[in-house]
Amino acid sequence: MSMQSLDIKRRSATTTPPPGVREPVVAGGVAKLIDVSKCIGCKACQTACMEWNDLRDEVGHAVGVYDNPADLTENSWTVMRFSELENEQGDLEWLIRKDGCMHCEDPGCLKACPSPGAIVQYTNGIVDFHEENCIGCGYCITGCPFNVPRISKKDHKAYKCTLCSDRVAVGQEPACVKTCPTGAIVFGTKEDMTQHAAERIDDLKSRGYENAGLYDPQGVGGTHVMYVLHHADRPGLYHGLPQDPQISPMVAFWKGLAKPLGVAAMALTALAGFFHYVRVGPNEVDEEDERKAEEEMRHD
Amino acid sequence: MTNHWVDIKNADVVLIMGGNAAEAHPCGFKWVTEAKAHNQAKLIVVDPRFTRSASVADFYAPIRTGTDIIFLGGVIRYLLEKDAIQHEYVRNYTDMSFIVREDFAFEDGLYSGYDAEKRSYDKASWDYERGEDGYVRTDPTLQHPRTVYQLLKRHYSRYTDEMIERACGTPRDKFLKVCEMLASTAGTDRAATILYALGWTQHSIGSQIIRTGAMVQLLLGNIGVAGGGMNALRGHSNIQGLTDLGLMSNLLPGYLTLPSEAEQDYARYIDVRAQKPLRPNQMSYWQNYGKFHVSLMKAWWGKAATAENNWAYDYLPKLDKLYDMLQVYELMDQGKMTGYICQGFNPLAAAPDKAKLLKGFSSLKFLVIMDPLVTETSEFWRNFGEYNDVDPAQIQTEVFRLPTTCFAEEEGALVNSGRWLQWHWKGTEPPGEARSDIEIMAQLHWRLRELYRKEGGAYPDPIVNLDWPYSNPENPTAAELAKEYSGRAVADLADPKDPSKVTRRAGEQLAGFAELRDDGSTASGCWIYCGSWGPAGNLMARRDNADPTGVGQTLNWAWAWPANRRVLYNRASCDLQGRPFNPRRSLISWNGKAWGGADIPDFKADEAPDAGMGPFIMNPEGVARFFARAGMAEGPFPEHYEPFETPLGYNPLYPKAQAATSNPAARVFKNDLAAMGKVDKFPYVATTYRLTEHFHYWTKHVLLNAIVQPQQFVEIGEGLAQQLGIANGAMVKVSSNRGYIKAVAVVTKRIRTLTVEGKPLHQVGIPIHWGFVGVAKPGFLANTLTPFVGDGNSQTPEFKSFLVNVEKA
Repeated sequence: MSMQSLDIKRRSATTTPPPGVREPVVAGGVAKLIDVSKCIGCKACQTACMEWNDLRDEVGHAVGVYDNPADLTENSWTVMRFSELENEQGDLEWLIRKDGCMHCEDPGCLKACPSPGAIVQYTNGIVDFHEENCIGCGYCITGCPFNVPRISKKDHKAYKCTLCSDRVAVGQEPACVKTCPTGAIVFGTKEDMTQHAAERIDDLKSRGYENAGLYDPQGVGGTHVMYVLHHADRPGLYHGLPQDPQISPMVAFWKGLAKPLGVAAMALTALAGFFHYVRVGPNEVDEEDERKAEEEMRHD
Repeated sequence: MTNHWVDIKNADVVLIMGGNAAEAHPCGFKWVTEAKAHNQAKLIVVDPRFTRSASVADFYAPIRTGTDIIFLGGVIRYLLEKDAIQHEYVRNYTDMSFIVREDFAFEDGLYSGYDAEKRSYDKASWDYERGEDGYVRTDPTLQHPRTVYQLLKRHYSRYTDEMIERACGTPRDKFLKVCEMLASTAGTDRAATILYALGWTQHSIGSQIIRTGAMVQLLLGNIGVAGGGMNALRGHSNIQGLTDLGLMSNLLPGYLTLPSEAEQDYARYIDVRAQKPLRPNQMSYWQNYGKFHVSLMKAWWGKAATAENNWAYDYLPKLDKLYDMLQVYELMDQGKMTGYICQGFNPLAAAPDKAKLLKGFSSLKFLVIMDPLVTETSEFWRNFGEYNDVDPAQIQTEVFRLPTTCFAEEEGALVNSGRWLQWHWKGTEPPGEARSDIEIMAQLHWRLRELYRKEGGAYPDPIVNLDWPYSNPENPTAAELAKEYSGRAVADLADPKDPSKVTRRAGEQLAGFAELRDDGSTASGCWIYCGSWGPAGNLMARRDNADPTGVGQTLNWAWAWPANRRVLYNRASCDLQGRPFNPRRSLISWNGKAWGGADIPDFKADEAPDAGMGPFIMNPEGVARFFARAGMAEGPFPEHYEPFETPLGYNPLYPKAQAATSNPAARVFKNDLAAMGKVDKFPYVATTYRLTEHFHYWTKHVLLNAIVQPQQFVEIGEGLAQQLGIANGAMVKVSSNRGYIKAVAVVTKRIRTLTVEGKPLHQVGIPIHWGFVGVAKPGFLANTLTPFVGDGNSQTPEFKSFLVNVEKA
């Protein structure tokens, strides 16, 4: 199994280490860079994603915004989020962000997942769900700082963007990258994408966006889906993109410290029991007690 | 487009106005993205709404729908006042120095020669003064009071910043910023491109709006240069092909025109159209009109078109009036048209005033729909509840549906906005009984022809004598038709300078329209396409995208009309010595003997640059016209007129002149004038438009499109929503004097309340894509609301400015 195109680096709920003999030189892994300043919100990426992955979502309802569907679902692994803003100069801005899995370097979903092999992380950084191992518990959603995975009503398994791992495995770019008409979505090594982002940020700064920057949050170890934002100092403007996302301390604790603590608690209990048995011994009935008990019985 | 898609990457300033390029042309828009990314270009958007284009723009200015002439007129005034013009260009390549006739006048919004009864002008006074030699009189110093320059300055002096702020609702500082950014391209080293679409055409003054934009570009020297141009982003795939092939009711292929009833004399018909030069040594290329016309007649009637019968001139219908779409539905309404073949068209959805159309279709004897999809028009007779509340029992129309193929099931060329004819091949077989439009039309023709042959008729000659040389007469191939459009020699063609030399053998395809003759020896179904299928074969099928000069000229990718010239008027990119104004983005230049370079010269190839021949070779003047003479219905200079449903009730430029409130030269049918709404009952200004997720009324049949934009909505500004107590996502009822629709309200910051003439003005946005058939959520046809009046020149309906009322549903 290790001689496949994408090697696994981490596997959910698994303590055995993954095969590590190969050392692919990948300059930080792959990365998808989404330049929000170039995006026109055309939803070609949503459509391409559905087409490539053979998914069809519901025909929903208009709810007063351009976002359709209104949220990520098991069939919509990416949605455009539209946010309107009147800025300090009194001018209008329409911030349109492509929402979807950020493919964290330190994935909260993988950490939280109790089912062995339901979530894997490849050496190139892609975080993929292997749904045949998924038990539909929803812990991945709790673990995700971006609220991305969704449980299917049809088969009770979790789904999200795969960063087109099947396409990347054969050397192709993800479907959304291929289809984006303005080139707002680009794909390559993380190093290259970071370099490209730097150029884009220079251009934005020259056009008056002083706080333009790259969204590559270090609280999750950096991500393999990054954004160029006009206002990198206020990611919350982009439909609630978290300022400093981190894996919830609850999850970190439960899957982290809680495990050795739990094992330690069990081991200590066993040890204490052993020592008690050795030193104090079992609560046995001796001859003295028997005699006293009989005497009490004769006197009643 | 006068330029083309790829060329947009050369622009330094991109103005998107009267259109929403990112929304409607997301793929073509990548060239704007390129210009921004690699040319440091700045993008300006001027629009009633803050659109998807505005979301990626450097600067946005709001405007009241329909007031673009005021805005652009203000830009003209600004450029002239600041002298921010390309002097050499304006002086030499435009009619600024031409002297206009003394009896030309303009007063109170009307030009000389107005007939209020007929709602039209006698245009005799709209002309230049001629000298004794018959040529136009000029004053190169531009001092003469009746030079076009002085008249232009005077005309637009009324379009002050204050007027723009008052009448357009655009804050003064924003208007001035747009002027500044455009003015930055007046020099030879920078160019601006204007990208426009239906936001400019779908007005009763649409053609004039566009002309005003062109005038701004001429002042800046941006026509005929890389990164410049007046670029119409066409609204449908191959709509360019439709207009090129003359499918407008008054046209013949190649923008030739049908004769009117008064034009019974063939020689006169040709003479009027074969415009002679108005100045010495001008090409005035329309003077070859006879060659284009005769070649067309030979293509259509073959041997039946001879010198003796004036090339079958009697076979051409002579127009007593225009038979455009609005006229046709008016005729139906009056019971004068009883049958209709509706091909690839959904008029119940796409034409204005649904109620009027329903009445018209309901009184037809028969209606034939040729379409791959079921459409609202094909189902007009069915009751769909509130969405289409009709009683089928009352409708006697017999409806036939002939399923046709889709583009992917056919071979042929599509013509894009950049005039490129791009051949494509069949991808799959059509389903069921679907047949191509060609096959259906050919079979119809063939059967009608037989009937006429057997039974005779009022005048069957034009039909039975049509040349029909196709291998399978009931199903001509696209290739056969393409070759016919391009044209061939009917007889051996000899070199005019040496009659013993044969330059083209009979039956050979022609290489270009320069080979066309008016003696019946050539045939071409569309002269501007001549050369697209030349002696070397199908040039439209070429796919070499090499761009050897880096200026975006891919001459071996497909084929553009005319003659594969990619940037029209490219002679104007060079000075009087034939040197490019901007050597960094050179299109052509003069090498001492000939013109050549990155583009095919749009000029006589061996004509010296200083011999006086002007770059605008189709105009008899040889130069571009600020003064349109008799070319436009409303006047030689564009003038602002209010939309027919005006929120003001008067023209802010001439508040007292009632006759000049709305376009005095636009045709309006009596009943439709009566159906116009007034601002007391309909206080808000509405405009219709598209969304990226959909194409017209087709894609509501496609699941993927329906998923990403499922249900009808209207856009209301926060100001109006607050006033009416409408919450975001609530259902609202929007009504005009012609009907109502109900839709979800999208309450948005992107439509700001404007202040117009001192009062708040609310604009309402109405996307068009819903109807009562399809997989998207059912909706109302937006054209239930729109007025039945069109542009004074093109009859394009005024979909973009009308009055509505909005209330909670």
